[in-house]
Amino acid sequence: MKLIRTGKAGTLESSDVMITVKNNPANKIEINLQSIVEKQFGRHIRSFVEAVLEEMEVTSAIVDIDDRSALDCVIRARLETALYRAAGITVFRWEAIR
Amino acid sequence: MKLRRTMLYVPGNNPNMVKDAHIYRSDSVMFDLEDSVSVNEKDSARFLIFQALRCIDYENTETVVRINGLNTPFGADDVEAMVRARPHVIRLPKTETAEDIRQVDSLISKVEKKAGIEEGSIKLFAAIENARGVVNAYQIALSSPRLVGIAFGAEDFVTNLNTQRSKEGLELFTARQEILMASRAAGLHAIDTVFADVNDDEGFRREVELIKSMGFDGKSVINPRQVSIVHEIYTPTFEQIHSARKILRAIEKAEREGSGVAAVDGRMIDKPIVERARRTLELAQLSGIYLDEIEEEESDAQ
Repeated sequence: MKLIRTGKAGTLESSDVMITVKNNPANKIEINLQSIVEKQFGRHIRSFVEAVLEEMEVTSAIVDIDDRSALDCVIRARLETALYRAAGITVFRWEAIR
Repeated sequence: MKLRRTMLYVPGNNPNMVKDAHIYRSDSVMFDLEDSVSVNEKDSARFLIFQALRCIDYENTETVVRINGLNTPFGADDVEAMVRARPHVIRLPKTETAEDIRQVDSLISKVEKKAGIEEGSIKLFAAIENARGVVNAYQIALSSPRLVGIAFGAEDFVTNLNTQRSKEGLELFTARQEILMASRAAGLHAIDTVFADVNDDEGFRREVELIKSMGFDGKSVINPRQVSIVHEIYTPTFEQIHSARKILRAIEKAEREGSGVAAVDGRMIDKPIVERARRTLELAQLSGIYLDEIEEEESDAQ
């Protein structure tokens, strides 16, 4: 998946996460995480986000995450939304979405 | 008998409410992709509910998703996504004709087939929210074998009627009756509209008592605080349970003695009374009342 613009999804409400994604000129994955539970779950969130990026075949992205203690399924939903927005995709292949 | 006393509205783009939707013990939770989600966030709400339904264990609570209508740019995609997320029920808003339901039914079937889901497993609820829908209520009720109930949406309805809601609800009376009759005739559940003033517990209580006495199976609720009030009103009282048991004991005794007729407290017991008594006990049991304990209390009192 190729990111052609900045994509953003989520809010700063409790249990939500705000994720911004854009293409990385350095052609690699860069994750910037801020989380109220970073000490406990920082490593897990990073590896979870990396796994979703890999699944969606994103190899070049700057991902800014402002986490308010979101569940994994919320992080996944917000990341997917931000990525599709950044890729300019509006027709979804739901059968391929995990 | 399935209980649908309360269907709790949950805005579809609010993770905090989505993750805790079931802890208030409503019989159903309804994740809303329609009116509570702005046009710019339809995609994010759809992703959120899609993932939540696949990951969160809502235990015994029935999960319902209110999709956008198929006459909007979002409805078809809502169906594509939601069928794969497998809620128990999809609720179609602003249903006006039987054809509206048939269209959703057919789209659900297509997605079920593509996704390898047993056809017919996702159920449907029709929400009737204007005069045209009310006039067509019976045809709507018969439109699909997936249909398990009809919900009344009064806010749009009163706007369509050029009036507003009153505490007495006179303006809703005919619509409620029509929806109830259509539902009963087709063997469906009938769910009443929301009561918007969450600070008016007394007004809410009066409205729930009214719709219960009319015969509605339950009510859509917008605040978790309203759940326990509805359940309390719908749960049979000790006196009602006691009376139901007395009726059933009397009729069982009469049958054992070869007579189909019995009397309790000087009142003749016939079939509809027995049926109501059975329903009361079933409702009590499903509401979580320990009938064994009541039986012990009855024996102690004797």
